Amino acid sequence: MTRPRVATVSLAGCFGCHMAFLDMDERLVTLMARVEFDRSPLTDLKTFTRRCDIGIIEGGCCNEENVHTLIEFRRNCDVLIALGQCAIMGGLPAMRNAIMHADDPLRECLEEAYLTGPYLRNLTRHVPNDPALPLILDKVYPCSDIVDIDIQIPGCAPSGDIIFDTLTALLDGTFHGFDRARLRFD
Amino acid sequence: MTDAFTFRIDGVDVLARPGQTIMEAADAAGIYIPRLCDHEGLRHQGGCRVCTVRAGGRSVAACTQPAEPGLDVENDTPARNRIRRDLVEMLFHEGNHLCPICEKSGNCELQAMAYRLEMTQPTRFPWLEPCRALDASHPDIALDTNRCISCGRCIRASQDIDGKGVFGYVGRGIHRRVAVNGPDLAHTGAAVTDAAMAVCPVGCIIRKGEGFSTPIGERAFDHGLIGHEIEEKRK
Ligand code: SF4
Ligand code: SF4
Ligand code: SF4
Ligand code: FES
Repeated sequence: MTRPRVATVSLAGCFGCHMAFLDMDERLVTLMARVEFDRSPLTDLKTFTRRCDIGIIEGGCCNEENVHTLIEFRRNCDVLIALGQCAIMGGLPAMRNAIMHADDPLRECLEEAYLTGPYLRNLTRHVPNDPALPLILDKVYPCSDIVDIDIQIPGCAPSGDIIFDTLTALLDGTFHGFDRARLRFD
Repeated sequence: MTDAFTFRIDGVDVLARPGQTIMEAADAAGIYIPRLCDHEGLRHQGGCRVCTVRAGGRSVAACTQPAEPGLDVENDTPARNRIRRDLVEMLFHEGNHLCPICEKSGNCELQAMAYRLEMTQPTRFPWLEPCRALDASHPDIALDTNRCISCGRCIRASQDIDGKGVFGYVGRGIHRRVAVNGPDLAHTGAAVTDAAMAVCPVGCIIRKGEGFSTPIGERAFDHGLIGHEIEEKRK
């Protein structure tokens, strides 16, 4: 019997949610024995090798590439999990959303970052526009604004306990929501 | 007329005195009804509707509705809690609630209510993302009204307890906001010792210099759901 396949990715996140996997401590070994990792920073696979049972998303969408990656994950995964506040509601990167209501806000932001800020040394006097750089979006979008998300595991970062319990219950086919005493948004 | 009587909440007999609200009688009986705008020691406002119960075939605010002999009240049921969760969720969407960077996190009643009501599902409500300026003019207090849930607790505390009227509502409908009685907080009679500064359920009224002084694990809602102290009275 083949083991369930898991894919993970970090979009507009700080990688803290991936680091939170380590908070499962030795239970990580138990979990690793039950699943096989496909596309993930943990395996360094950049594309899917085949369809996956579980996809885990860290971070929301702050640029074009994030959106494409997220759509690819939705296409290739049976169950899609948004892990952590960034994936669920934008999180810290979404702090920029509120200031984006100003006139021509993205330009203002980029100009301050690359042209007019007081601590800059930018010899080209240009906002970087290399075609290899993904286009930044007007604001940061939660994953559920882009694709259907099946499960949201809250926290910043989510605790090792809630990650382990949720994944184990999913693999056992017994997931029926969270113990509310365990919910944390921080 | 001062005779105590009984009514029922979710099938449990509850004793009440004439004039008591459904919530007051429930509290005394160790039954928790979720609430955000109501606060012990302040007059009832009946604004947030998180305490909505079903009684006598109608939806009523338990914090303002008087208990009546024989009344049958539906409180802790999936249907009631779903409506409450939607209300709480809308409050999250109306403001900027980035809990990981909020000093109130762990001590916040809105956040704790979201935990209690299991707010974990993806939502399709739009994010309003307000962009109101921070008022950091006062030496001891800062105001981030992007987190204000318009509960009116500070208004009632300032008027009724502090005798000052530092806070008040301005605007109507969805534009109704809490504002200070002056160009900014520094130009009001506000003092950090005011009762009004202690009643804010969220991270809108902030005491400067405190920051994240209570470590994670020791904050008000790190152990136990909001309302557990009331529910423990029954055990
Ligand atoms: S939710 Fe927190 S830990 Fe996870 S990626 Fe976002 S900022 Fe990092
Ligand atoms: S006020 Fe409460 S709900 Fe809002 S960000 Fe702060 S902790 Fe979170
Ligand atoms: S400032 Fe705080 S206490 Fe006052 S209305 Fe807003 S949330 Fe309520
Ligand atoms: S607590 Fe009753 S309406 Fe707010």
